[in-house]
Amino acid sequence: MTANGRDESLQGLLTIIHLTWIEARRMRFTLASLICALLLLVVFGTSVYFLYRFGPGAVPRPAFIRQAQLETLTLAGLYVANFLALAFSVLLPVDSLSGEIDSGVIQTIASKPVSRSTIVLGKWLAFLGMATGYLLLVTLGVVLLVRLFTGFVPPHLATALPVLLLGAATLLTLSIAGGTRMKTITNAIVVFGFYALAFIGGWIETIGALLGSDAARYIGTAISLVSPVDAMWRLAAHRLQSPLVQQLPGPFSSAAVPSAAMVVWAVGYVIATLLAALRGFRTRAL
Amino acid sequence: MSEAVVQTRSLRRQFGATVAVADLSLSIGRGEIFGFLGPNGAGKTTSLKLLLGLLEPGGGTGEVLGAPLGERRARARIGFLPEHFRFHSCLTGRELLRFHGKLHGMRGAVLERRIDELLVRVDLTDAEGRPLREYSKGMTQRVGLAQALINDPELVFLDEPTSGLDPLGRLLVRDIIQELRDRGTTVFLNSHLLGEVEATCDRVVFVREGRVVRELSLAQSVGDIAVELRVAPLDPATLAGLAQFGSAITRTRELLRMRVSDESVLPKLAAWLVGRGLSLYELRSRRRSLEEWFVEIMGDGQRPG
Repeated sequence: MTANGRDESLQGLLTIIHLTWIEARRMRFTLASLICALLLLVVFGTSVYFLYRFGPGAVPRPAFIRQAQLETLTLAGLYVANFLALAFSVLLPVDSLSGEIDSGVIQTIASKPVSRSTIVLGKWLAFLGMATGYLLLVTLGVVLLVRLFTGFVPPHLATALPVLLLGAATLLTLSIAGGTRMKTITNAIVVFGFYALAFIGGWIETIGALLGSDAARYIGTAISLVSPVDAMWRLAAHRLQSPLVQQLPGPFSSAAVPSAAMVVWAVGYVIATLLAALRGFRTRAL
Repeated sequence: MSEAVVQTRSLRRQFGATVAVADLSLSIGRGEIFGFLGPNGAGKTTSLKLLLGLLEPGGGTGEVLGAPLGERRARARIGFLPEHFRFHSCLTGRELLRFHGKLHGMRGAVLERRIDELLVRVDLTDAEGRPLREYSKGMTQRVGLAQALINDPELVFLDEPTSGLDPLGRLLVRDIIQELRDRGTTVFLNSHLLGEVEATCDRVVFVREGRVVRELSLAQSVGDIAVELRVAPLDPATLAGLAQFGSAITRTRELLRMRVSDESVLPKLAAWLVGRGLSLYELRSRRRSLEEWFVEIMGDGQRPG
C-alpha cells in the first residue's frame, strides 16, 4: 500500500470511529446505561456509608475480620459493576452492523472507498473504547466509594482491572462478529448464551474442585475455553483478595482459580473472533 | 459509443436456488444517462449491487471505470444513492455530508465548501442543522442525493431517486441529472417512473429475469411511431397500399391506425393518399411511449392480476 493509501485508510478508520462514537453518544441506550451505573454507585455508596459509619461495620473488630468484610463488600460491588459492564459490552454494538445491514445504511458506507475491514475495525475500536470507559466508571466508582467511606483499597487493582476488561472485550467482540452474520435479536441471544455458558462452566469447575471431581473440573475448564468470560471474573476476583481471605470460604472465593494461561487464551480468543468478524463481513452480501 | 465506463460480460448471481441475475452483459459509455428498466424482481437492484461491489458475482466479469468490480480506486470516483436512502437518524444533514465526504478523503475548507454547494443545490440549507429523524421522506431523499454527489463523481448510480418526492422534488432531480449530463458525468438510473426515465435518459435497457432483453436509444428517434389517419373514401386497394409505409394497420370506421418506422415516412404517406384522390381529414403521429415499450417487451405475463 502506498503512503497515500495508508493515509486514506487511516482517515477512513478515524471517520468510522468518530461516527460510531457520535451515534453511540446520542443513543438513549448510552444514557440509560449511564443512569444504571449511577444508580448502582448511589445504592452501593449509601449502603457502604451506613454500614461502616453507623452499622455493624462501625464496631471495632479484629483486623483480619474487618479486612475480609471489606474485601467481600468491595467484590460484591465489583461483581454487579462487572455484570453491568458485560451487559453494556454485548448490547452497545449488538445492533450496529446487523441493524445497518438490515436498514441498508451499510450500502452507502460500503460503496465508499473504505475497505470493509476498516468499517469493522473502526466500530470495534470505538466500542472497545466506550466499553473500557464504562467498565472503569463502574468499577473505579465502586472502589472509590469504599475508599472514601472506609479507607480500604483492594489489592492488585491495576492487574485485576485489565483482566475484567478482557472479559468485556470477549463479549463485545463476539457481539460484533455475530452482527456480521446474524439479525440483532438472534445475535443478542447467542452472545448472552455464551455468557451463560461461561457462568455455568465456572460453577461446574468450582464445584468439581470442591468435591475433588476431576471430570467436572475438566468439563468446566473446557467450557471456559469455549467462553472465557467467567474465568476472567474469577481470576480478577481472586487477585482482588488478600492471601488470607483467598483461603476463607466466601461467595467470591473460588476453589478453581483460572491460571494465567487463561489470560493468554482469552487474548487469542478476542483476536481470533475479531479476525472472524473481519472475514465474515468481507464476504457478506450487502 | 464513447469509452465504456461500465462493462459487464455475463454477470451472474444467485441466492440459493433463486437466480437473481442470470446473464447480464452491459456497456455504458462515458457521459451517458443510462436507464435500467424492468419489472419487480427482474434483478435490477442485485445488478446494481454487483456493479458497486456490494455483492460478489457468482459468474461473469465486469469493470467499472476501468477497474474490476468493487475495487476501491473506482469507488472513489463513484456516487451512489440507494433506494429508500436511510442513515443514522441522530446526525444532522451537514454532519451526514461531512461524514461521507471524509470517507472520500475530503477534509477542511474544501469539504465544507462542497457541502455548502450541495445543500443549496438540493434546497436543504434551512434544514442542515436538524437531525435526519426530523426530515420528511423527500428531504431524506434529497440529502441522500447530495451525499451521492459529495465527491463530484464521474459515475453516479441512482436507485429510484425520485421515490418519495413530490413533483417539485422530481423536477429538482431531473435538473440535477441534466447538470450532470452537461458536466459529462455518467448516470446509471434505476427507476420505475418511466416518465422520468423518458425525460432524462439517452438510452435504456430492459431486463427480465436477470437478462437484458431489449435496448433502446431515446436520444435518437426510437424508430416506432403510431399514426392515426382519417381519410375517405377507404377502399381495399388503398388499405393494401398503405402496407408499403408501415405495419399493424387497423381500421375503426373511417379511422385508420398504423405504425411507421420513421418520421420521414409521414409526408410521403400524406402525398400518396392525396395523389390517389383521397380526402385527408386528419393525420396525427405520436412517438411510442416508454410505457408502451415496457408493456410490449415485458409481455402480459408480467402484469399482476
